[in-house]
Amino acid sequence: MTRSLLIAGLAAATLTLGACASKPKTLPPEPGPAASNSYQGSTAATPAGPVAGSQADFIASVMSDTVNFDTDRYNIDAADQGILQSQAQWLGRYPNKSITIEGHADERGTRDYNIALGERRANSAKNYLVSVGIDPARINVVSYGKERPIAIGSDEESWARNRRAVTVTVN
Amino acid sequence: MKMRNLVLLAGLVSAPAIVVAQQTTLPSSAAPQAAPQAVEEEGLTGSVSDENEWQDLGIAIPAFPTNASVATAAEGGNTEALGRNVARVVFNDLKNNGLFKPVGPDALPAIAFPQVAAPAFDGWRGRSAEMLVQGFVRANGDGKLTVGCYLYDVALGSELARQGYVVKPEEWRRAAHKCADMVYSRLSGESPFFDSKIAYIAETGPKDRRRKQLAIMDSDGANHRFITNGQATALTPRYSPDYSQIVYLSYLNGAPRIYIYNIGTGQQKLVTSSNNPTFSPRWSPDGKYILYSMAIAGNTDIYRVSVGGGQSQRLTDSPGLDVGGSYSPDGSKIVFESDRSGGQQIYVMNADGSNQKRISFFGGRAATPEWSPRGDQIAFTNIAGNFRIGVTTPSGGSMRLLTDSWQDEAPTWSPNGRIIQFFRTERGSGKTGIWQVDLTGRNERKLNTPVDGSDPAWGPVLP
Repeated sequence: MTRSLLIAGLAAATLTLGACASKPKTLPPEPGPAASNSYQGSTAATPAGPVAGSQADFIASVMSDTVNFDTDRYNIDAADQGILQSQAQWLGRYPNKSITIEGHADERGTRDYNIALGERRANSAKNYLVSVGIDPARINVVSYGKERPIAIGSDEESWARNRRAVTVTVN
Repeated sequence: MKMRNLVLLAGLVSAPAIVVAQQTTLPSSAAPQAAPQAVEEEGLTGSVSDENEWQDLGIAIPAFPTNASVATAAEGGNTEALGRNVARVVFNDLKNNGLFKPVGPDALPAIAFPQVAAPAFDGWRGRSAEMLVQGFVRANGDGKLTVGCYLYDVALGSELARQGYVVKPEEWRRAAHKCADMVYSRLSGESPFFDSKIAYIAETGPKDRRRKQLAIMDSDGANHRFITNGQATALTPRYSPDYSQIVYLSYLNGAPRIYIYNIGTGQQKLVTSSNNPTFSPRWSPDGKYILYSMAIAGNTDIYRVSVGGGQSQRLTDSPGLDVGGSYSPDGSKIVFESDRSGGQQIYVMNADGSNQKRISFFGGRAATPEWSPRGDQIAFTNIAGNFRIGVTTPSGGSMRLLTDSWQDEAPTWSPNGRIIQFFRTERGSGKTGIWQVDLTGRNERKLNTPVDGSDPAWGPVLP
């Protein structure tokens, strides 16, 4: 996600829960405890939204699962805060859910340093979530350095997309 | 893996005395008799310059004859064919590093077994060969092989060096590398390096789904072997000084952790029991400690732990990212990188972490420092637009850039400190390859690996 899109989404962050509720979706009738990792809509006669508390639900509910960073930086700016607040709200609704924050760097860095940098970025995102009330025990962090790019170009736009911390739900 | 020692023979054909790892120089009069024999006219293919540099020496390396061609498990199937293969390996070693201008057995006439110790100097002079490497292969009664190696100065008509090696058939290439090392050392005055191995990361697949496997090979790319299957991303290997273990990073259980892999048993263990990510491992010169980086709550510092486990000792405590680290050959100092000043720069500290001082003031950033085995140079990655391999002294003086490509990084030294390997990444495709360059920066070449390669780590010369 580009920086401009993130900034555009900042206004929505101030809507608190309303931002999530504004997304069109249909809750499944009976979430049930075992439904978290399965999709029920494939054989249903009527289209259903993602299972509540699932990764798909997370993606549908939050502004973004990703915050981006400038070259060699790891600070959480205002746009990142909006995104992370939307993630915190989702985590507030599903207190049994844990997350892993994956930290990444672009290819224009040396390998070991990029692992350290990705770790620092993921921890920045974690620290922000903790600062708004999320139990740190629910947040795992892993750095992939430059090993897992999502944009494969060797250009500024690709590198900007790859400098990121991505939140993934667990269980 | 049990360390395999090569037994060097002194006296070779004529004398059965055995010495271990000792180079001998004996007059050729001790060699078996043979009448000089005219060499067929085929001419050297390499031109010999008159710059009087040893790098330009013309060296003839005919096939190594055998006293009696018998079956062997070594490459070629019999000792006669093996002798040609041994000479080819010697030729390739000496040729591929830009050090000499050798001519190999496929461009030279064969010699008879008795000529090995009594060269037909007149014939070689006619070919403009300045140096001559001859040798032989002999099958022993116990199934092992004896390989003899002689270096002659053609103009002087004299022997400069000779060595013999007793090897198991499957280790025949090591005898060839030892022979090349003898020639290289005698002619250059430098320490040997061909009989050594390289650990690296074999890479396959598209840029966003790269498979990275730990692999090993001889210094010339032979005896290639994958250690891991690629299901977990493997990175940054380093051979232990005795080649029995490899320390490396794996995402085996989802997070980056340093493992020590035992080559002999195939078992591996975590270097620390910490749940924090650990990466960028290096051995201490004595093989007793692992230097590594560990991130705690986003901050990375450098630690040291005994190979056997136990408590880690924290060596840095800056709020910046302190990464990597490489011991001086005597183990008294460590060079590492840190972004405590704002960007990656190189620092030197005492082995206990005291007296940390920045040494890089070159413009741009400086990363991945590696202390030369000779102690006199530090290789590193210079980041200023392009990523280039550079060298500097341990005090940060006399900086020189040796390469210039879009992204060269992660230097590792040859055992004698004369050649640097690194990996080069192609812009766009993300394809990687292992390259090497000598300290002049003039002789640069890509290594042949079965697939793409990165993170090379050159080990010491085998005993």
